Amino acid sequence: MFKERLTSLIALTLLSFVLAGCAGQDTEPQPQPETPEEPRDATPPATAQPEEVADFDDMGRPVDPRTGRLLDRTFYFDFDRSNIRPADLAVLEIHAQILNRNAGKSVVIEGHCDERGTREYNLALGERRSDAIRRFLTSAGVSSRQIETVSYGEERPEDPGHDEAAWQRNRRAVLIYR
Amino acid sequence: MKSIRLVVLLAAWSVSVVSWAASLDTIVITQGRDNPTKVAVVPSRMDPALGSLPELSDIVGFDLARSGDFAPIDRDDMLSLPSRPEEVFFRDWRILGAEYVLVSQARAQADGRIALEYHLFDVPNEREMATAVVIGRRDQWRDIAHHVADVVYQNVTGVRGAFSTKIAYVLAQNAGTSRATYSIEIADSDGERSRTLFTSNEPVMSVSWSPDAKKVAYVSFETKRPTIVVHDVASGARERISAFKGINGSPIFSPDGRNMAMVLSRDGDPEIYVMNLADRSLRRITRNRAIDTEPSWTPDGKRLIFTSDRSRQPQIYQVDLATNQQERLTFEGDYNARARMLDDGNLVYIHRSNGVYHVAWQDMRRGRVVPLTRTDLDESPSVAPNGAMLIYATQQRGRGILGVVSIDGSVKYQLPSSSGDVREPAWSPFMDPLLGQ
Repeated sequence: MFKERLTSLIALTLLSFVLAGCAGQDTEPQPQPETPEEPRDATPPATAQPEEVADFDDMGRPVDPRTGRLLDRTFYFDFDRSNIRPADLAVLEIHAQILNRNAGKSVVIEGHCDERGTREYNLALGERRSDAIRRFLTSAGVSSRQIETVSYGEERPEDPGHDEAAWQRNRRAVLIYR
Repeated sequence: MKSIRLVVLLAAWSVSVVSWAASLDTIVITQGRDNPTKVAVVPSRMDPALGSLPELSDIVGFDLARSGDFAPIDRDDMLSLPSRPEEVFFRDWRILGAEYVLVSQARAQADGRIALEYHLFDVPNEREMATAVVIGRRDQWRDIAHHVADVVYQNVTGVRGAFSTKIAYVLAQNAGTSRATYSIEIADSDGERSRTLFTSNEPVMSVSWSPDAKKVAYVSFETKRPTIVVHDVASGARERISAFKGINGSPIFSPDGRNMAMVLSRDGDPEIYVMNLADRSLRRITRNRAIDTEPSWTPDGKRLIFTSDRSRQPQIYQVDLATNQQERLTFEGDYNARARMLDDGNLVYIHRSNGVYHVAWQDMRRGRVVPLTRTDLDESPSVAPNGAMLIYATQQRGRGILGVVSIDGSVKYQLPSSSGDVREPAWSPFMDPLLGQ
């Protein structure tokens, strides 16, 4: 129970950080969050629970340790935006916990865009998306050594279509575990 | 009247040919100019020893037609088919309204090469304007034709022709699937003779030419990271010149070929850099937390123009490389990106208006912004070296195609592809070896 309460506390503080970060994206340096110290110290008790389900399935994909279900690894973004959607924070928090428990694992965060706009500008926008996820994970205590980011801009669409639905599927960040 | 007599050799523009599968279809001309100049390109008399070759007058005539400045006269309407100056009767051409007539004959030389002799006449003034013998290998037949088209264009318009140039572009096949392939292709300016310079299962993007047209630079994800590669077109030698952490993008050679502007995010966010290509030293040009990207050089090589979202939305800026003074250049609309400066100092770039992305031209003296295209999802305008036209990428029925528009917006044609999505065209510098530098 303590862990769940802690999780929602972390989610809330990170939510406010993510929203603040997006509002001020190109004015001043990103505010460095003060909260991460707390979850970092609080993580070890969580790893001490021996009855936990494995963090990965037999194909090495991350699973939700509470339910055993495959964890979402793709996170979608609004048009021309790079802020994480609030609904994704809980799943990203589980990713952070898994990476914290498994220091030998690392993750590549790919940033992608839809086809609208120029290609190199989209490459930069894709990097902002992967950076947003990276910042969330590092503020949740994940070591930056476990994270790599790469932007593909609009070059690798998930959906080759040219309508709103395809564009939404293509504006994404994808976590790839290694 | 003075006539120019030249005997010239077509230097080999040989390449590490990988494949000859054409990646561009036939050009579709969609919009022309009013009152184009009537020109008669008479079919060439061919030495029987040459065997079968494409009709030279078709290649020359089509070059001239797609410029929008010329209307070639139909062969079936011609009253005579001269190939020598003494066979030209001006009366035959005045009747048809032809202002210029081009005659030619090709013969096989002992060394197997082709010698094409041409004569260009001004019909109203009944004078010869230009003549030469052009020599080239059999596989350079189209080069000979484009050269002749350049001669006609320059003699009539006073502007150097750009038919002998090449177009580099990206061909993406099966994008959005696990079988996706990406290649750098190079074709003649009329879309013919396309061939593959480099193929990868990972994306390639942002192609640009060196000013001597011997190399192209591009971004390749072949290592699963964006890296900048310089690729020698003739030898096929590839050199990875930038592979820092983060983005390595937007490579573009300086007009003197000594430096390359590029975008690196190794310090946290995308910034413009200039690399000295001799010693690979880097000079950082921009310094802020916004996106700074898509640099290109002003024609004098003293300034860079680039895209930045430092004012929240992407706009075009200019930086003086001597003083580092920066200045915003675009103010109309909330999305202006990937600009190129024309030789006259005016700009072309991608402009979003009512959610539609098209190529726009901006008059720098009066600030006027004029859309050149009416299509959507337009990208990557690249100006021909003579400044007459630009090529860009757009979509047609969900497929990436290339489009060409004259700088005044009056002439338009398309280069579709049935092989896949074609995009990011880069018009080469002048490369006709007959005219030198």
